[in-house]
Amino acid sequence: MSAQPIQVREFHPRVQAALNNPQIRSNFRRAMDGLMTKRTAAFAGWDLETLRELGAAVRLRALSRLPELLEQLEANLVQQGVQVHWAETGEQACEIIRDICQARGAKSVIKGKSMVTEEMELNHYLEAAGIEALESDLGEYIVQLAEETPSHIIMPAIHKNTDEISELMHEKTGTRRSHDVDYLTASARQQLREKFMRADVGISGVNFAVAETGTLCLVENEGNGRLTTTAPPCHIAVTGIEKVVEKLEDVTPLLALLTRSATGQHITTYFNMISSPRKAAEKDGPEAVHLVLVDSGRSNIYQDQELLDTLRCIRCGACMNHCPVYTRVGGHAYGTTYPGPIGKILMPHLLGLEDTRDLPSASTLCGACGEVCPVKIPIPKLLQRLRKEAVDGDSLQPSRVAGHGIKRRWLESLVWSGWTRMHASPGLYRFAGRMMGRLRGLMPSKLGAWTRYRSAPKPAAKTLHQLMQERSVKSQAVKQESKG
Amino acid sequence: MMSDALKVYPAKPEKVYFYATCLVDLFFPDAGLAGVQLLEREGIEVIFPQNQTCCGQPAYSSGYNDQAREVILPQLELFPEDYPIVVPSGSCGGMMRKHYPELFAGTPQQARAEAIAARTWELTDFLLQVCQIKLEDQGQPVKVAMHTSCSARREMGVAEVGPKLLGQLAQVELVEQARPAECCGFGGTFAVRHPEISAAMVQDKAQALLDAGAEQFVTTDCGCMMNIAGYAEKQGLPLKGQHIVSFLWDRLQAKDGGAA
Repeated sequence: MSAQPIQVREFHPRVQAALNNPQIRSNFRRAMDGLMTKRTAAFAGWDLETLRELGAAVRLRALSRLPELLEQLEANLVQQGVQVHWAETGEQACEIIRDICQARGAKSVIKGKSMVTEEMELNHYLEAAGIEALESDLGEYIVQLAEETPSHIIMPAIHKNTDEISELMHEKTGTRRSHDVDYLTASARQQLREKFMRADVGISGVNFAVAETGTLCLVENEGNGRLTTTAPPCHIAVTGIEKVVEKLEDVTPLLALLTRSATGQHITTYFNMISSPRKAAEKDGPEAVHLVLVDSGRSNIYQDQELLDTLRCIRCGACMNHCPVYTRVGGHAYGTTYPGPIGKILMPHLLGLEDTRDLPSASTLCGACGEVCPVKIPIPKLLQRLRKEAVDGDSLQPSRVAGHGIKRRWLESLVWSGWTRMHASPGLYRFAGRMMGRLRGLMPSKLGAWTRYRSAPKPAAKTLHQLMQERSVKSQAVKQESKG
Repeated sequence: MMSDALKVYPAKPEKVYFYATCLVDLFFPDAGLAGVQLLEREGIEVIFPQNQTCCGQPAYSSGYNDQAREVILPQLELFPEDYPIVVPSGSCGGMMRKHYPELFAGTPQQARAEAIAARTWELTDFLLQVCQIKLEDQGQPVKVAMHTSCSARREMGVAEVGPKLLGQLAQVELVEQARPAECCGFGGTFAVRHPEISAAMVQDKAQALLDAGAEQFVTTDCGCMMNIAGYAEKQGLPLKGQHIVSFLWDRLQAKDGGAA
């Protein structure tokens, strides 16, 4: 894919551009409303709280034994004929995949949907090595045609409506302009089928990697995942190291949570379980299967007891579907592979706070994300933690995320120390309150960004402190009088 | 989150501490006074510690935990007796109930912070569940929309409380709004750090309240009120806001000729 490199730091200008784009506003609003409704309907009649508890417990149990589970996964897969590779960085993972392709003389790769390969910009890398990489997930296919990046982790092209997709496909592939979604889908399918037949290598992601049985689970709807993992002679699965679970039974609650949280489906059309290359008597399947385990900053997160919760994520996207900020600005405004609430708590670890400095504060901490997270990641708490890291704000818990302290500015620090002095001394606070009341006529009507859209709040003539003081004086007097 | 935890309401006490919050104190003292009077109407003696300032949330939610602790330390001294602490805000209530224990974990103040957290109640929740308040409506018919703040809803778990209280008022029609659980875009310093996103959110919220046919809205939190009503005022929209306890108190008084 030839996506434009994005300046991650330019958050505010991108937000402004997105907010000024009525197409973005309405596409996301409509899509997110639909997804929220579907999710609610899909969980109707379920004891969702218990299921979420179970999902969280499964993920936590897996993470608590992560190193040994990864080794168990590797041992089982190797025994079943799968070749396992470890990559410390995204770049290393790209190299490993390129080497596998080159060793096979591969010229063309077909890809199933995989966010971790987006994260390491694999398509760019392969293209530079002279290997064509085609996305086969419909949404990813559209995004690739448009030379963009996914704006949502489950629905990569959700920022586009039918009009825009029709126009894009017409321009790039010669289909006629049409509002008929079936026609557009069939056209894409036609083009992809041919590529599947010719592809030398299929690359996919992994939803759950089961350590005890050496099984790679892949959840999808379009059948492109199954084709990617079975039609070409070689399949390379790529996953972040956190996707491992202990046992096959663990997949059951996670799958139930994943499909309902993501798209409101009770089950997806396809659920693939891959455990080996084609065996001697089998008629189909790839002759070689590889698994690339990617760290790319994850083991750093793993070192911290609190941040560790970030790794529970099963990539359902429910947090973005329910996020009022994401709904307004869309996925591209974040400028990161993972947008929305999960992006805000994950990307600072992958890129450092220097590049992601404006993400942790871009939340009202409304808690909608944490409320719907199927594995109960305390997203607001983790945002809070990253805000603290960004300003080195806690001497009791030293910062540790790369780029910490980037938002600590002398002016803001000065404002906070003034605020602290005022509110840490009750007498000074009462005095200031009385003064504000007395000088309320002189209060500025412009208060920076606040009054760009709102009128300025007016201080009351008397504070509640004063009113309560007067009341108590009055009632004392009444008592005195009745005594006298 | 609080809504996950089991809430064990205390028996109706003789006395409570009233923690007004700085926004109520400086900008909306009528809401504070209404809250005090509603509690007194239930036969409860209200203690207003004169040394109260701010719960520390602005610093805390901006990542300045050291400054938050400095402000909170004297506040921890305000509640020596074992009375409930009643707060006319889901946001500041959530700060005290949920975040004080986190902030002071492993410090000499841990036990006190935990004790205060356990005694902290959002005012309307306290009036409904602990006082079992009964309201007799004396006002004219009116259509009202309710905006429950995100912290009242998700940290304090009181989403049902406001509608139940309003439901006791015979002449008040609570109108349904689109996406009632969606944030209004205030978010404390978020509103000034990301003013454009905040504006987009409050625009939608104000519109939803108007589209519901509300003549006014009531809310659990003065932050949301400043945001929504301030936006409506600046844009010239016919939408006034009131803290829910001010509204409730007014409805009890109206018979004798207007609001208190």
